[in-house]
Amino acid sequence: MALRLALETSAARALGGLSRVARRGGGTTIPGKALWKLDPGAVDQLAARLPHGIAVMSATNGKTTTTAMAAEILGGNHRLAWNRAGANLLSGIASALVVSRKADLGLFEVDEGALPEAMARLRPRIVTLGNLFRDQLDRYGELEIVAERWRGAIAELPEDTMLVVNADDPVVADLADGRNAALRFGLDDPTHARPSLQHAADSKYCLRCGTAYDFAAAYVGHLGDYVCPNCGHRRPPLDVAARGIELRGLQASRFELTTPQGPVELELALPGLYNVYNATAAASLALAVGASLVDVRDGLARFSAAFGRFERIRSGGKSVVLLLIKNPAGANEVVRTLETGVPPVLVVALNDAIADGQDVSWIWDVDFEPLLDRVGLVIAAGDRAAELGLRMEYGGLPTGRLEVIPSLERALDRGLSLVEAGTELVVLPTYTAMLALRGILTDRGAVRPYWEGGS
Amino acid sequence: MRIRVGHLYPDYLNIYADRGNLAVFARRAALRGHELVVHPVDRGDPLDPSAHDLLYIGGGQDREQALIAPDLASKTEALQAAHARGVALLAVCGGYQLLGRGYRGRDGSLMPGAALFPHETVAGDVRMIGDVLLECELEPGSPRQLAGFENHAGRTLLDEGAVALGRVVHGFGNDGASGFEGTRLGNALGTYLHGPLLPRNPWLADWLLERALAHAGGTEPPTLPPLPDELETQAFRVSAERARRRGGRL
Repeated sequence: MALRLALETSAARALGGLSRVARRGGGTTIPGKALWKLDPGAVDQLAARLPHGIAVMSATNGKTTTTAMAAEILGGNHRLAWNRAGANLLSGIASALVVSRKADLGLFEVDEGALPEAMARLRPRIVTLGNLFRDQLDRYGELEIVAERWRGAIAELPEDTMLVVNADDPVVADLADGRNAALRFGLDDPTHARPSLQHAADSKYCLRCGTAYDFAAAYVGHLGDYVCPNCGHRRPPLDVAARGIELRGLQASRFELTTPQGPVELELALPGLYNVYNATAAASLALAVGASLVDVRDGLARFSAAFGRFERIRSGGKSVVLLLIKNPAGANEVVRTLETGVPPVLVVALNDAIADGQDVSWIWDVDFEPLLDRVGLVIAAGDRAAELGLRMEYGGLPTGRLEVIPSLERALDRGLSLVEAGTELVVLPTYTAMLALRGILTDRGAVRPYWEGGS
Repeated sequence: MRIRVGHLYPDYLNIYADRGNLAVFARRAALRGHELVVHPVDRGDPLDPSAHDLLYIGGGQDREQALIAPDLASKTEALQAAHARGVALLAVCGGYQLLGRGYRGRDGSLMPGAALFPHETVAGDVRMIGDVLLECELEPGSPRQLAGFENHAGRTLLDEGAVALGRVVHGFGNDGASGFEGTRLGNALGTYLHGPLLPRNPWLADWLLERALAHAGGTEPPTLPPLPDELETQAFRVSAERARRRGGRL
């Protein structure tokens, strides 16, 4: 068996190398797909060989960034098997296992739909769950369907599997209800609460009795400090809490994290409250693995950006900032981050491939409105540029401030031509539009290919 | 003129960007010099049949739909009275299902609806998801098309003699088998198409607005002056092309 596994993995590794030589993308899932075909059970065996076990992370929003932050914290003390480019189905995880021969710890972001099977095969010792928002309904179905599948899979986990959960999300917090091996994280800084729940807020009715929750603070979407006025179901006490949060526009943020090991001051070179959530989740995951507070502080201070998520790319004396958008909750936070300094030109790129979601109705649930009366020009791009243009127009953007340019390359160049030298062009792409834009910038030599690791 | 819109359960039923449809009503009314006033009608609120010129009900997740279903079922008389007065109505997805007699689960139980529309919906095994293209003929002799996106597990079965909103050109439609989509009962329309429906199908928004104006003014439906609709036409074309290429496939 061991010999067979060795032959399979070396064959699979060779395939990944060939794919990169042939420039057919990163080859990040090719070895895994090969191994998956040869012998799915081999994944279980490779996983079982990691001496420090496996930590998995899933959420609607923030999987890639949270996992990359945790990798930065844990990388000093561990050799990681890590799916860094976001290939988060079983085949992508299999690939990371195949290519990381000497790893001692597995760290994987996992697609929400793939989480039950990933947990059954990988037998993780730590499961981190960030949030559940409505997302690509055509692909994942309703939020409750995902939650129900997670519930079933978590019930199968051994008692000593550590659940690291976002206590601010009622549905996610409930998954750890009654479990001893659990770490609950959240935000505790009402100065950053939104005045009211956003239009597209999910999970706003009590899980126990259906009454609308009262939110003492709602931070991101429905994430916050909730209590049911009827039956009293409320946010559980926080083991790890972010306090004293200071956001510095598009540049950075700092906050204090209280933990079972004591408090620590954190600096983050990323904007937005959603990244404070990601950092809090990553810190909690790393503490559960056994990292020290110093590791947490230094790792997060070193962290710049995950692939395509708030990436700054230099291009001919100007910069392009890519802020991935993929669902209402995530896009709302991007908009909120931009509100502090509305850019003169904004490129928004909407594709509708399977990875973007074929149903584009979600753009109407994004609150673009705060930007629309202050932005100088919106360039709507991508395969569904016209649809996006309508969203902006019906949202109140004056017709003269809208250009509809489906071609991503032409839209990018149009945007770059309009921003001044030394400044940056802000681009909000969906997933495949982000890949395509990165590809265009790669071909121009502005950015390294993603399989070489950029950040 | 002032057009009074009653938006049913906006906090519960809003999953497929229903506010996009309302934004289209508001802007297209304003561009013709009319004002749209939207009133939410929530759980426990009485529904006054004469208080609205246009009623809108969207779709929600199963949990939210179950929370409002009993309330909606208690509004049957008011809805029928409004419909008899000629009030225009658009129901999308979950709202479309719940305006029928009800939703029959796989265990045979019935979640009662408002019984305005002559249909019943039964739970299916596979969700029908994808782009859709319909051909409609709301006005005899003027066929039009509608492009949208559907995502539903329920199979809606129209009663004998009930009128569909349109014929499926590409996509699944009501039940994936009959070749029909949605329903039409006078000035009331029900459909699975979201996306949202109206931005890329502005003629339908205008058709509903004309009927709402007729109710508001106690007149025959006026003909609204046309708008350029260039982006709308582009968006329709892309959406229709998607339906041709990938609609109706499991």
